[in-house]
Amino acid sequence: MAGISAFGAYVPRYRLGAETDGWESAGQRSIANFDEDSVSMAVAAAIDCLKGHERDDIDGLLFATTTPPYAEKQCASIISTALDLRRDIFTADITDVLRAGTTALKSALDSVAAGSAKHVLVVASDNRQGAPKGEAERNSGDGAVAFIISNEELIAEQAGSHTITENMMDTWRSAGDQFVRSWEDRFAIEEGLERIMGEAVSGFMEKEGVSVKDVAKLALYSPDARRHSQLARHLGFQPEQVQDPLFGRMGNTGAAFPLMLLAGALEEGSPDQLLLTVSYGDGSDVLGFRTTSKIGNGGTGLGVSGYLDSGLVLDSYETYAKWREVWLTDSSSRRPQAQSPSVTAMWRESDQNIKFHGGVCNQCGYVQYPPQRVCVDCQARDDSTPIRLSDKLGTIFTYSLDYLAGTVDSPLAVVVVDFEPGGRVLCMMTDREIAEVQIGLQVEMSFRKLRVVNGIHNYYWKAVPLRRAV
Amino acid sequence: MSGIKDRVAVIGMGCSKFGERWDSSSSDLLVEAAYEAFEDAGIESKDVQAAWLGTVGSFRTGQPLAAALKLDYIPITRVENACATATDAFRNACYAVAAGIYDIVLAVGVEKLKDSGFSGLAVAEPAGADVNPPVPPPSQFALAATRYFHQYDIPYEEGKMTLAKIASKNHHNGTMSPKAHFQREVSAEQVANAPMVAWPLGLFDCCGVSDGAAAAIITTPEIAKTFRDDYILVKGIGLSVGAFGVLRNDWDFTHFPESVRASQAAYQEAGISDPRQEIDLAMVHDCFTITELIIYEDLGFSPRGRASEDVAAGTFSLEGELPVNTDGGLKCFGHPIGASGIRMIYEVYKQLQGKAEGRQLKNPTLGLTHNLGGRPGSFTCSVALFGTRD
Repeated sequence: MAGISAFGAYVPRYRLGAETDGWESAGQRSIANFDEDSVSMAVAAAIDCLKGHERDDIDGLLFATTTPPYAEKQCASIISTALDLRRDIFTADITDVLRAGTTALKSALDSVAAGSAKHVLVVASDNRQGAPKGEAERNSGDGAVAFIISNEELIAEQAGSHTITENMMDTWRSAGDQFVRSWEDRFAIEEGLERIMGEAVSGFMEKEGVSVKDVAKLALYSPDARRHSQLARHLGFQPEQVQDPLFGRMGNTGAAFPLMLLAGALEEGSPDQLLLTVSYGDGSDVLGFRTTSKIGNGGTGLGVSGYLDSGLVLDSYETYAKWREVWLTDSSSRRPQAQSPSVTAMWRESDQNIKFHGGVCNQCGYVQYPPQRVCVDCQARDDSTPIRLSDKLGTIFTYSLDYLAGTVDSPLAVVVVDFEPGGRVLCMMTDREIAEVQIGLQVEMSFRKLRVVNGIHNYYWKAVPLRRAV
Repeated sequence: MSGIKDRVAVIGMGCSKFGERWDSSSSDLLVEAAYEAFEDAGIESKDVQAAWLGTVGSFRTGQPLAAALKLDYIPITRVENACATATDAFRNACYAVAAGIYDIVLAVGVEKLKDSGFSGLAVAEPAGADVNPPVPPPSQFALAATRYFHQYDIPYEEGKMTLAKIASKNHHNGTMSPKAHFQREVSAEQVANAPMVAWPLGLFDCCGVSDGAAAAIITTPEIAKTFRDDYILVKGIGLSVGAFGVLRNDWDFTHFPESVRASQAAYQEAGISDPRQEIDLAMVHDCFTITELIIYEDLGFSPRGRASEDVAAGTFSLEGELPVNTDGGLKCFGHPIGASGIRMIYEVYKQLQGKAEGRQLKNPTLGLTHNLGGRPGSFTCSVALFGTRD
C-alpha cells in the first residue's frame, strides 16, 4: 500500500497584512521575498520534509508548479541537486495547471504502488502574481509543500482517487504573462469550480463506496475565502469537516494549495481519519488518504503551522511592489550591469555552490568552505571528504549593512557565518530585519535566487534567521 | 640573503594632481608624473634603461607607457598586485637595480577610475559562477569594524568617534597638500554624522575615488651621489600575500596578518626593533578609517586593542609622536589604485628632503609606506622603509 510517510512545508517569512501601508485588505497573505521563487521555496519545503529522513533513500523527485523559472530547462534537477539527492533518480516538472500538485502526488503514489520506486519526493510550490491591488493579488499566497511517498512507515495510506479532465479557460496565463488572467467569476464558479469539482468528488465517493459523512477533513482548493465556503457547502460538507483554508493568513498558493491544506490536516490529524484533497484546473483531482497509528511521526519540521506562526508583516506595499518588480527602482544603475555568469564555472562548482558542500580534511579534520585542493590548516593535498553545510546551523561572526550595494533589500546584510561543525562562509543574509543582524545570532542557510542574467537563474545559499514560531 | 637596505636610492620623484581629472587620460597622467620625476632627478627620458608600470585596470601591458613617454624600445613590465600595485612596481625596479642589471630605472603607477561612470570602484571580475555576494570594499572593511568594536567591547558611539578622529586628522593634513583631491577640514562630528555607506562606516570613513599617477627614478647610491645630495635610500621592503582568512574559523577579522608579516620583513631588513620609536613618519593605507586603526596595531605602533588610546592622545597627528598620513592619505588623495603606493613614497621623499611645505615635520630621517590590497582575509600588503643618506 502506497501512502505518505513524511511531509513538510514552507511559507515565506513576510506577509502583507492590515499593518502594511498601502495594502487594502484586513487579512494577511504570504509573499515570497525578492530572492525567492517556486524553486527556492520548493527546496525549503523539501528540507523541512526531509528532516530526520535519509536523503539517499529518495528514488524520485516530482516538482509541481505553475510558476517555473524556466520555460525550457528542468527545475526538479536544480531542486534535487540543492537537496543533495542521489544522481540515479527520476525527476520531472509537472506544470502549467493549478492541478499540478495533486497530479504529481498521484503520479508518485502510482510509481510506488507499481513498485518502480520506494521513496518519491513530491514538492509543490507556487508564487503566482496577480495584477497590483487586484483580486488575484489579494487572495493569492506564496508557499510550498513536500511529501515523501512510499510504502513503509506510512502516516497516511492512499484511499482512492478520481480525476475529471475538462478543457476549461476560466483562469490562465499565456507564455510571457506576468499576471494571472481570469474570465467572469459567475461563469467560473458555476460552470467551472462547482460543477467540475462536484462531479469529481461525487465520482470519488461512488468509486470508493464512501459518503460525505465518512470524511474527517476536506483539503479543498478555492481561489478565495468566499468561494471556499460556498464550494464546501455545495459539495455537502459541514464546516467542521473542512480544513482551514488559511485565507486571511496565507492565501491561495496555487498548485501547492490543496497539498498545503492536506499537510495542515495531517499536522492536526489523529489515526484512522479519511482525508480528501481536491484540486482544480482543467478538471479536478480527488485524492483520499486514511491516517494510520503513526500519524504523529510525519511532520518532523516546522510544517505549515510552524512557518505560518513565524511570519512578519511587511511595512509597506511599496516594498512588495519593488520585490515583484512592479515598481522598477534605480538602485541597479549605481553599479555596472551584471555580466552573464559562466555556465561552465556554474557546472564545475555545482557541488560547492548548489549542494553547498564544504570539505573536511582527512588528515587534520579542519572543515573548510569551499572545499580546497590543499588543506588550509595542514596543507594535505587532495585528501578531504565532502560535508553538506546547507542543513547545518551557523552563527554570525561579524557583519555589515551595505547601503550602496545596489540590491533590492537595501541595506544589504553581509555576514560571516561560522558553522557548528566548523567551516566559515561570507555570504548575504536575507529575510532579515535590520535590528536582528547581530554578532552571535544563530542562522540557517536558505537556497535563494541571486539574480537573472542572460536568462540564467543563478541560485546560491544565503543566511536567514532561524525560523521559530513567535 | 643580503636584503635591499642601502642598495638603491631614489633620485627623482613626480606626482600628478590627484582628483577628478576629467580633462586627462591615463597617458596624460603618466606624462605629468614622469616628467616631474625626470626634471626632479635631472635626467631625460632617454636615460631610463628599464621601466615598471603599475596599474590595476587602466592598461593591460607596458606598451602604453612606451607610447606616452616615447621610450626607446627599453624593457617595460606592467605590474598588477591589487592596491599594493605601485609599491610592487617600485619593488621590482629596486631589485633590478640592486641586482646590477640596470643603472637608472623608472617605476610609475597610474589609475583612471573616474571614466567608469560609477561611484566607487567598478573593476570587472572575470566571468565565473558569480555566486559571491556583491560586497564592495566599504562592506568588506565594515566587517572588520563591527568585529573590532565587539572584540574590544567598544560602544558604537565611542568607536564611531575614534574612527572619525582618524578621518578628521587626515583631512586636516590634506589642507596643506596642494596635489590632494580633497583639501578642506572635516570635523570629527561631521565624519561621525555622515550618511551611512556600509554600517558602521559612513561616507567620511571611506577614502575618495580619484585619478592620479606618481613616478620614481631609482638608481644605485653611488650613481645617486653624482645627481644630488639629498637622495633617499631604500631601507627595507616587505611584501606579503595571504588568502586564508575566510577559510579559517579562528581568524578574528581584527588583525590583518599580511600587514604584520610585510612590516616584520621590512623591519628586519632595515634593522628596526622598535618601530614606534624609530620611525619618524608613516604613510599607511587608510582606504577606510577602520583600516588605519587596525594598521596602527599591525605595524606595531600601538598595542593590540589599544590604538583608540593613541588616537585620543593625538599620537598620529602632524604634531604627534609618530605622524601618520602627513599628506592627507588616501582620505584626501583618493585611491587611484595603481598610483597610491608611489604617491606615498613621494610624500616620504619630500619629507625626508625637507620639502613638504606647510606639513613639513622636524628633521625626519626614517619614513614608512604601507599598502593593503584586497579584502579582510585576502590581502596583498607591501611595507617599504626609506631613510636619508648617511
